[in-house]
Amino acid sequence: MSAGADGVELRRAELAEAWRDPPGLWGFLVTVDHKRLAARYIVTTMFLLFLAGLLAMDMRIQLSAPGLHRMGPQLYNESFSLHGSTMLFLVSVPVMEAMALWLVPLMLGQRNMAFPRLAAFSYWLYLGGALMLWVPHALDITPDLGWFEYPPLSGPGYAPGHRVDIWAQMITFTEVAALAASVNIIATILKLRPPGMTLARMPLFLWAMLIASLMTIFALPAIMLTTSMLIADRLVATHFFSPSGGGDVLLFQHLYWFFGHPEVYIIFIPAVGFVSSIVETFSRRPIFGYPAMVLSVLAIGVLAFGLWVHHMFAVGLPRLGNDFYTAASMTIALPAGVQIFCWIATIFSGRPRMATPLLWVVGFLVTFVIGGMSGIMTASAPLDLQLTDTYFVVAHFHYVLVGGAIFPLLGAFCYWYPKATGRLMSERLGVLAFALIVGGFNIGFFPMHVLGLWGMPRRVYTYPAEMGWGPLNMLATIGSTIAVIGGLVFVANALWSYWRGERAGADPWGGHTLEWLCPSPPPSYNFDSTPTVRSITPLWEPELLAYDGIATTKRELLVTSVMEAEPIYRQNSVGPSIWPLVAAVAVSILFVGSIFTPWALVWGALPIAITLSLWFWPTRERAKTGPLRKR
Amino acid sequence: MMNDRAEPRIIGDLSGLPESAQGPDHLVWWGNIGFMLIEGTGFALALGAYLFLASRSAHWPPPDDPLPGLMWSGILTIGLMLSEVPNLWVKRRAAAHDAGSVRIGVVIMTVIGLVLLVVRGFEIAVLVPSWNHDAYGSMVWLLLVLHTSHILTDCGDTFVQALWLYTHEIGDDQFADVEDNADYWTFVVVAWLPLYAVVYWLPRLA
Amino acid sequence: MGGTGSMRRGAALVPVMLLVGACSGVQSPLAPAGEQAADQLWLFQLMLWVCGILYLLVVGFLGLALVRVFRNTSRLAEPELAPADRTLDRSLLVWASIIIAGLTLLAGASFVVDRALAAAQAREALRVRVTAHQWWWRIAYRDPASGRWVETANELHLPAGRTARIELASADVIHSFWVPNVAGKMDVIPGRANAIDVTPHRLGWFRGQCAEFCGVQHAKMAFDVKVDTPAEFAAWLATQARSAAAPADPVAARGFQIVTQGQCAMCHVVRGTAAAGRPGPDLTHIASRRSIAAGILSMNRGNLQGWIAQPQALKPGTMMPAVTLEPGDADAVAHYLEQLK
Repeated sequence: MSAGADGVELRRAELAEAWRDPPGLWGFLVTVDHKRLAARYIVTTMFLLFLAGLLAMDMRIQLSAPGLHRMGPQLYNESFSLHGSTMLFLVSVPVMEAMALWLVPLMLGQRNMAFPRLAAFSYWLYLGGALMLWVPHALDITPDLGWFEYPPLSGPGYAPGHRVDIWAQMITFTEVAALAASVNIIATILKLRPPGMTLARMPLFLWAMLIASLMTIFALPAIMLTTSMLIADRLVATHFFSPSGGGDVLLFQHLYWFFGHPEVYIIFIPAVGFVSSIVETFSRRPIFGYPAMVLSVLAIGVLAFGLWVHHMFAVGLPRLGNDFYTAASMTIALPAGVQIFCWIATIFSGRPRMATPLLWVVGFLVTFVIGGMSGIMTASAPLDLQLTDTYFVVAHFHYVLVGGAIFPLLGAFCYWYPKATGRLMSERLGVLAFALIVGGFNIGFFPMHVLGLWGMPRRVYTYPAEMGWGPLNMLATIGSTIAVIGGLVFVANALWSYWRGERAGADPWGGHTLEWLCPSPPPSYNFDSTPTVRSITPLWEPELLAYDGIATTKRELLVTSVMEAEPIYRQNSVGPSIWPLVAAVAVSILFVGSIFTPWALVWGALPIAITLSLWFWPTRERAKTGPLRKR
Repeated sequence: MMNDRAEPRIIGDLSGLPESAQGPDHLVWWGNIGFMLIEGTGFALALGAYLFLASRSAHWPPPDDPLPGLMWSGILTIGLMLSEVPNLWVKRRAAAHDAGSVRIGVVIMTVIGLVLLVVRGFEIAVLVPSWNHDAYGSMVWLLLVLHTSHILTDCGDTFVQALWLYTHEIGDDQFADVEDNADYWTFVVVAWLPLYAVVYWLPRLA
Repeated sequence: MGGTGSMRRGAALVPVMLLVGACSGVQSPLAPAGEQAADQLWLFQLMLWVCGILYLLVVGFLGLALVRVFRNTSRLAEPELAPADRTLDRSLLVWASIIIAGLTLLAGASFVVDRALAAAQAREALRVRVTAHQWWWRIAYRDPASGRWVETANELHLPAGRTARIELASADVIHSFWVPNVAGKMDVIPGRANAIDVTPHRLGWFRGQCAEFCGVQHAKMAFDVKVDTPAEFAAWLATQARSAAAPADPVAARGFQIVTQGQCAMCHVVRGTAAAGRPGPDLTHIASRRSIAAGILSMNRGNLQGWIAQPQALKPGTMMPAVTLEPGDADAVAHYLEQLK
């Protein structure tokens, strides 16, 4: 820990050595560097977004005129099933987790996540899930009953073969990966905060990830349970969902939506965190109404668990229940509305300047709120009886998911791209991509509200000419095409800027959170020293203070207390390891095998047990005493 | 631009901090808690599913299904509760960094786990409606299999831990691991109690 | 709620008129032909106004904020660390109050409409049994004369001004019964006895469609709905209750023979003949219907023949098997079926 310029260089060299990965392919397979893992996670999700987008274009072309025969019903049904399943299980939730994986340690001034190998395991298992869905597609056994395959249609009586099992098990993969990521994020945010960053001084993005991760823990077991029950009904003749055996098909729906509704907020809340970060930086002031913002996200996180029946208003449940869920579903508009006010108020009362990230925030506001409005409409049980299962609700959920999650995500890409790569994305291409995507999306999806009101149900591969739905469908196709072109422009911008973009320093936007302290791109060890914070806007303080003392010659993390972020101890941080990959392979074998036979649970458990034991095998010296001592 | 920022000013040195901690101070404790929350939610939802199906049936268990037997389940339940005594003892010894007691204690817990697994095996063997007979059978088997998987994996964990403790010098982090494992066993015991009450007693009282 | 319906229907129709423009209007909640749909449309219009105002407030505020953005130079301003936010604090409270007021109004209106929908149950004057199959609708009425249940398929007739209780059952998977002009949808769930009350008040032909994904031909599981005067309805029902007309000529007799003694009889009922198969739709009065194959083909001779010969080409995945007949036989069958009015 020597002072002076030489001291700084020595320190950095030591840190680089301690935190480096082995070179080449082996390094790629064993790395536990959160930035590298997050990068591949994001690239994978974006590739799957592209594939899901191709499916969407296929469907849009098929629907652009009545009675087209370009796609038959089987192919169309596979397309919407694959599109929905990919977007919800393989893109939306994973990309938010991936962004958190990249950003959380940086925003905390830390060198890595709490459980580095768990982060790697999460990625490999997620990749397994992506393969679980798309390899069967290449083999023409694509799941074809939607993204929430209700029994009995998905039960043993009406869905022979293994398509449903493939779908259900893909969910198991991705949900275990998501749960692993969530535990990691929660432990990191609660225990690895820099000294002085009390909960009340935490950036809103970290609040958002904390709450989204907690929601994940309580929501995802529901879908794992229900899809496992579905596989059991199909594989070993249980009767969970068969009425003739005393089961109930509604049990599937209740469990599914108990997960399904929080799931969309699990996607939305991190996006809310992106928006807050961007708004603060570009308004040059801390967010207006920080306590209201925190309470709003908490309220949304809690309320989200009390709404699921609004996906089942047409099922014939008792009226009083429907009334309750109408009121609850409308109530969630209040914290959402408060947040929207606070963001706009921040821009209004700050010293704002425009750049692409803020442009995406504007796109988010004008688009997502439309989705919020259609959400209020579908929240009403009696009105929903007309709107549900039509293109109105297709419009609604695309508005909230694309407007509420994808637009903030694209803004977040533009915002943190310079930190990750050391270069700025092109503003000109950025504005063009924005205009094409936001404009194209609205042209494409607004007409769908009208189509639903004109009686067009969802999940139909064609429709009769005499219904008059043709022109608006054609408009929807045109708009979607424009948006896709915009997406390609965005990707082109990202690729071009990687090599040719204007160089960015550590803090091109003048942000106030800790990630802007380290160089762009960050070195493997992120920070030279341990920053400490005294306010909600550390980098806007006149002077930044830091602690020394965390080891530079080995991997070490500072662990602090949950509430006050006082330093407690120094935790050894694990280095590169092959075990996450091996464990993921072992788990994948069990998951895939259990589609075909329940015995897979037995023989598949053995490799997992061995792998996990080796993973967690502590590396200390051999015992010097006792019957098994080193002799 | 903010790019040319001065290096932060060093105001202290943290190298004097200890290298481990106990209980909630320790980082890994939180991972353990997270896992318990996940599994606990799973149990709660499975229990909810059981109660949902029960509420939709006129008779529960259905008329041709007998009530589940109390003998083996009772032995198991009492056995689980009694196992908390050595379990909490191991945890205290681990907190005190008593290597000798911890080694023996973890072996004892492994043996207890195996014995209870055998008892659970009998409990399942005498379950009359099989999982494919009707929804009642499916649900009871689901709850029991879910819980059994926890006894099994915890037993495996404890065995591996015992092996490791005997072959290596034990550091602070490993004592913390023993405590976490003991906490997880407590979770397995506590999670069983509402399942036991609902599956074995609720139909008898209703 | 019924009497004040016209007043509510008249209110605030401007935004709706714009929307009704290009569509056919026979499968749309925007052109109510029933009490339930009228109440739902009223609620929708109220929501459109409230949500529209809220949206304009948001966009307006955003616009004001953006004016500030574009007035700024591109120079990176010094951040303001402790801004005074008193006016904004008060505005937030006002905004929250507006939201609460708006949501309360909409939730209240929603409850009111919900009660109105529920009140229909007290006025039930007719029972109809609808059984959903993959991918067609079995529809049954009780014949007042004989007390027996009379079956037809894919065409629902209802008397105007009367409340009908539609009892829903599924023969296989989950479907959803939806006639948007008349009422909202109700899922048809195996193992569950759902029902929906509908009170049509406008005469004419409408279209219903399955609204829950039910397999490969979910897209082509529609049905025609005719709202008759009570007298017309009674007459129609009386006709449907009769057994099948006997073949009127030798060609029809040949067709009769093939239909009632060949493979058709395994799946179809023609009442009064030997054909008594249950898996498929009742054909006793098929020629009286407007369409065949669950609302996707007009009822005419060409379509009948095409459907019989190549159902997979018209509705891939359908349960109807391709029936290969000599051209003369095919003509005869179509000729016979055309007579089953």
